[in-house]
Order: sequence, then C-alpha cells, then structure tokens
Amino acid sequence: MPQMNMIQALNSAMDIMLARDPNVVMLGEDIGYFGGVFRVTDGLQKKYGEHRVLDTPIAEGGIVGAAIGMGVNGLRPVAEVQFADYIYPACDQIFSELARLRYRSAGDFWAPVTIRTPCGGGIRGGQTHSQSPEGIFTHVCGIKVVMPSTPYDAKGLLIAAIEDDDPVIFFEPKRLYNGPFDGDANKPAVPWSTHPKGEVPDGYYTVPIGKAEIVRKGSAVTMVAYGTMIYVCEAAARALGIDAEIIDVRSMVPLDTDTICTSVKKTGRCLIAHEATRFSGFGAELSATIQEECFWDLEAPIGRVAGWDTPYPHAFEWEYFPGPLRVAAALKAVMEAA
Amino acid sequence: MPRRSRLHIPQHHSRPGEEPDFSYLETSPAGAVPRPDVNARVRDIGNLSIDLVRVLDDNHVAVGQWNPHLEVQDLQIGLRHMLLTRIFDDRMQRAQRQGKTSFYMRCLGEEAVSVAQGMALRPKDMLFPAYRNQGLYVVRGRPLVDLMCQLLSNTRDMCKGRQLPVMYHWAEGRIFSISGNLTTQFPQAVGWAMAAAIKGEDDIAVSWIGEGSSAEADFHHAMLFASVYMAPVILNIVNNQWAISTFQGFAGGEQRSFAARGPGYGMAGIRVDGNDFLAVHAVTQWAAERARTGAGPTLIEHVTYRGAAHSTSDDPARYRPKDDYEKWPLGDPVLRLKNHLIALGEWSEERHQALAQELEVHVTESWKEAVQYGTLTDGPRLNRDLMFQDVFKEMPEQLRKQREQLRTEQGV
Repeated sequence: MPQMNMIQALNSAMDIMLARDPNVVMLGEDIGYFGGVFRVTDGLQKKYGEHRVLDTPIAEGGIVGAAIGMGVNGLRPVAEVQFADYIYPACDQIFSELARLRYRSAGDFWAPVTIRTPCGGGIRGGQTHSQSPEGIFTHVCGIKVVMPSTPYDAKGLLIAAIEDDDPVIFFEPKRLYNGPFDGDANKPAVPWSTHPKGEVPDGYYTVPIGKAEIVRKGSAVTMVAYGTMIYVCEAAARALGIDAEIIDVRSMVPLDTDTICTSVKKTGRCLIAHEATRFSGFGAELSATIQEECFWDLEAPIGRVAGWDTPYPHAFEWEYFPGPLRVAAALKAVMEAA
Repeated sequence: MPRRSRLHIPQHHSRPGEEPDFSYLETSPAGAVPRPDVNARVRDIGNLSIDLVRVLDDNHVAVGQWNPHLEVQDLQIGLRHMLLTRIFDDRMQRAQRQGKTSFYMRCLGEEAVSVAQGMALRPKDMLFPAYRNQGLYVVRGRPLVDLMCQLLSNTRDMCKGRQLPVMYHWAEGRIFSISGNLTTQFPQAVGWAMAAAIKGEDDIAVSWIGEGSSAEADFHHAMLFASVYMAPVILNIVNNQWAISTFQGFAGGEQRSFAARGPGYGMAGIRVDGNDFLAVHAVTQWAAERARTGAGPTLIEHVTYRGAAHSTSDDPARYRPKDDYEKWPLGDPVLRLKNHLIALGEWSEERHQALAQELEVHVTESWKEAVQYGTLTDGPRLNRDLMFQDVFKEMPEQLRKQREQLRTEQGV
C-alpha cells in the first residue's frame, strides 16, 4: 500500500472528490496557484482549473459566506481557512447561517460546506497560529466537527465530510502533517512513512463521521483524546508501563458516546486529554457525559489534562503544551486515586 | 487659534416636535440622468452613483432615457402588487395588535423597491431578501395564506414554527430564507451567483439590505467578492433613511452616497429614486442585463423612506417628527404610479377604489383561512417533535434522546 503523510492524504482526498463530483469546488487563501501554505491543495488548481479551485481575498467571513451561497446553488464547496486562529471573522456565517440554515428553512435550504482548517501548536506559531478552537464549534447545534490523527483517517474523513449533506468543520492537527508527534520536541521527528497509519490507499474510501476508534486496547484505564494528543497519550502510558485503552474521538459532533463509555465501564478509570485550553473545553463535555453514563463503574474521579487557560505563548511553547510529562502525571493521579 | 482634531457626531435633520427637514437630500430632475450602455466601464459611469435616476416627473409623465416603456398592463399589475402589499401589511399590523401574532414589519413607502424589481427580474433569478421585501412574494405569486401561516407559526407554517414572523422562505419560488442577522445574505447571494457562473447558467442572484446594515462586515465581503469575480449579482441597498432609531448618517451616508461604494469597489453603482416604480424597474433591468451578459455586478441604492415604524415593537414618535413621512420629498410610490396611470388615461379614482376593495376582500378571506390552521393562542398547534428535526439531515442519537425526554416531560 502507498505511504502518504497527512498532507498527501488530504490532497488525495480532494483530488478524488474533484474528479468524482463536478460540483465539488475549493476556495481559500493561497490554495490555488500556490497550492496552500501547507501544500495541502498542491497541484489541484493546475489539474482542475481556476473555476474549481479558487484563490480568494483574505476575508474568512467572505469565504464562508460565498461558500454557503455556492452550496445553496448546488455546489459542494470545500473552504480552507488558513489557520484555525483565523476562523473567527467567519463565525457569524458559520454559527448563525451555515449551522442553522436547514433548521430555519424547515429543510428547504441547506449548504453542504466543508471547512478545512489547520489547528494546534508545536510549530512555533505563537498565540495566533497555534490555537485549538474545536470546543467552540461543538457548542453550536447544526455543524459536525471532526479531527483526524492519522493520514488514513484524514483522507477517509475528509471524503466523508465532502460527501456529507451537513456542514462539517474539519480540523487538521498541523503538528501531525508530516509525522506522528508524541510531545517531546527534543526527539528527532518521526515521518509517517515509518508508521502503519501512514499506509493510505490510493483510491476512494471513507471513514464514517461519528465513530471513535480504539487505537490501543487496554484494561487499566481509558484515555480519551484526539489529534496530536493521541501520540502523547501513547507515550505517557508507555513511560509509566500502564495498560491503557486509548480512544481517538475523531468525531466530536456527532460523538460516539457508546465506544467511549463501553471502554470506561470496562476499565473503571478515565483520563481526558486535549491541547485546547481546559476551562469549558471539549473535555468538560466528555467528562460530564462519561460521569453521567459511567458513574457507578468509576473507581476514581475522571481526570482532565489540557493546555493552560492562557493564550499560547511563543517563548514557552513546550511549557504550555500538555506534553508527556503532564499527561503522565495526570495519568498517575487517575491510577492512584481511590 | 491652533487647529484641533474634532469628533463629528452626525446630526439628524429634525427631531420630534420639529419641522421635518429634508434639505440634506440631493436629487436630480426626472429624466436628467443619461442611461449608459449596459457594458459601460465602471470608470465612465461614476455619475450614476451620485446623481438620482428618476423617470416620473411632477406632472406624472415618464421622461428621459431611463423610461422603461412598460406596457400599460404591466403598470397596472405593478400597481396592483404594490397596493396588495400595503393592504396585507395593514391587516397584519392589526393582527399583531390583536395578539394573533407576536411581531410584524411593514414596508410602507418602500413597496416599489420589491415590486418593480421583482417584475424586472426573471422567475429563475434567485432572490436573497431582507425582512422588508414582502413585495417579492406578492410578485412571484405566493398565496397570502402561506405568508400568514408563517406569521402565525401555525400548523401550515413553512418554517415549522422556527422563525420569527416575516422570516419567510420559498425554495420553489427561488426566494431565500431570511435571517434575523443582518447582511449575512449579501455574501451568500454573491456565492450563489459565482456558482451560477461556474456552472455556466445565466440565472443571476439579487439581494437586499438596508442602508444601516451596510455597516456590517458582510457588506464589504459581498462587495469585494462580487467585484473580484465579477459575479452575476445585483446588490441593493434600500436607503429608507432609518435603522430603527438611527438615521442614515450613522451608516456613513452624510459624506457620500451609498451607491458610490460601488465604484469604490470597482463595480457599477446606481442611485435611484426608490419611490419611482418606473425608475426602479429600469435600473434593475439595466443591472440584470449587465450581470447576465458578463459585464459584472451592480450596487443599487434605492432612495426611499420608511413610512412606518421599524417593527411592531418600535415607536418612531420618540425619535422623529410625526409627519416626517408625509413631507418626504419623493412622495408615495403607490400614489405616484396611480397618478401616472391616470395621466395616461389608463386608470381612475373609481377603478382604484374598486381595486382596493377587491384586495381588502382577498386579504380578509386569506386571513380567515389562515387562522383555521391555528394562531399563537388558539386552534391547532404544530407537533412539538418538529423541534428536533432538520438540525441535521439525519437526527443524531442525542436529539432522539432529548425528543424522548420532552415527550415524557409533556406526558405524551
């Protein structure tokens, strides 16, 4: 099977969808002639033309507003917001329009828009190129929210997102573009070519939205995470020699509560990890749901480990990032409680 | 004395208890503005965004190059649509006062904008209205009963009870869903038009906002995208002078016309007498042909006046003279078209009275039917399960559970 990094896998997904469906169009800043600042749309405009892969003005609200109109007119737009940190100018169009159009028009109008956006830190991006705002979007009813952690999932989930008739916010953990990253920046980078999940079929396939994946079977504790934190969780459990079951949420909305809660009921312990700030983060929703569903099976309070409740500082990136040390400490606390 | 910087606060022309004063309004004589070719370059037609395109003169005669030379029958249909819109508005206002519905917004004085434009467009052109464009529904023939059912949030409400009254939509009639958030439809209309161009179809998109809403960032997004991609779209600013209590100076209208923002973005801008049915029809035809033939978008500013309150929740006597509307220099669009038809010898006071009576009966009959399907307070109600539908295409498990919880809560 071919090896792809996450950039190539995402590119392959879009290449396939542009070829399969003449209504699929792409729009965003620098995505066309240049191929995107992270190269994710490289070559697509050359292959499919300037009417299918559009360079746009620097106006995220305009990009999403126009994408909605295109969707209403029968196209299947894939909009790129260059960094998740830049998505806020588009939020009225996303929250009030895209998310609620089907509802407010009683199903008569809808826009199948996918919004791709790179998120997360660890690339020396400072406080405006490192954020993980996924939790904000999960609080809005009417949009699906996904984040892959492997090239295989990235391709399959993106195809599923483009084919989905509901709007999807597709977060790309940019620290994982070139390889899995366990949170230790001092170690040499590991490329996807040496990782089993770097094997990606050339052709069409989907990974269903709304399904979590158990990435490591275990019996001592359930670790619930997504994106970059999957690899940090693996490293922390390995370092402590704990037989953790690690679940990649993949899809925050809709949430696969069954897979998560079945695991927690089995292990009796749970640690939730995300890179986003902790307070009112998506971990709070996970924690509350697990507590409601699994209370009588829990042997210890549910643990949460996250980014600090501060902006992402440039000079203290690794002190900010919830790396293996912080996750291990949190895991130890969950294991030793009660 | 050294010069100092200063903060300018726009001042309204007249406040309650004062004489209405519209000396700020710049107009052009009827027929004075030349009509350029639809393919004219933006740089050559800058005057259109400063002058005021008018066709009907003070003697009710159509004059000048912008005269669209409509058939008498079309003029009579236009009059009928405008009058029906007004009578419908009056009746719905009363229904709100009687507690049958929670909210209403009239378009008194602005009827020509929706009706003339609706008639100048093709049925397949896609309309992205604001909340004061009910005339579009009248032109495209949506039965009044359907609009009333939406106002009543009753069992036949097209929105299934989810929207504030007047936030209609009509997919088959190609009229987009109205959002309560202002100007969001503007960039959406541009995107729709871009898609039409990408697909090689010759339908155009048309959208409306008020001059107050032109302050929103989405106005800029729409103008920029329309201009950059030369999208086949007509963007309308209905300058009715008022954004609730805030007059147009606070939206930037004191220093420059709103239409002039068109050339600022590199697109055609036209300032038109919004109470002149013929002028509105003519500039819309011009802009539609321009868009349809690939010559790009147009921004149209309709200079008009909001004759009624902003909504049933508003009291304009608190911020403007009571007789402001009567003194508006551009008059009443219904009366002006009526007088034009009379001047042509194709209408009379008697016929007008008879038409008004016929339309009153039509509105009353429609209302009687609509209330049979329920009102906010009486009669049948929508199934509450509908609350959980259409959030997503397929209902997720979590919403099924919540629907079940509501059923239990309600004992059903």
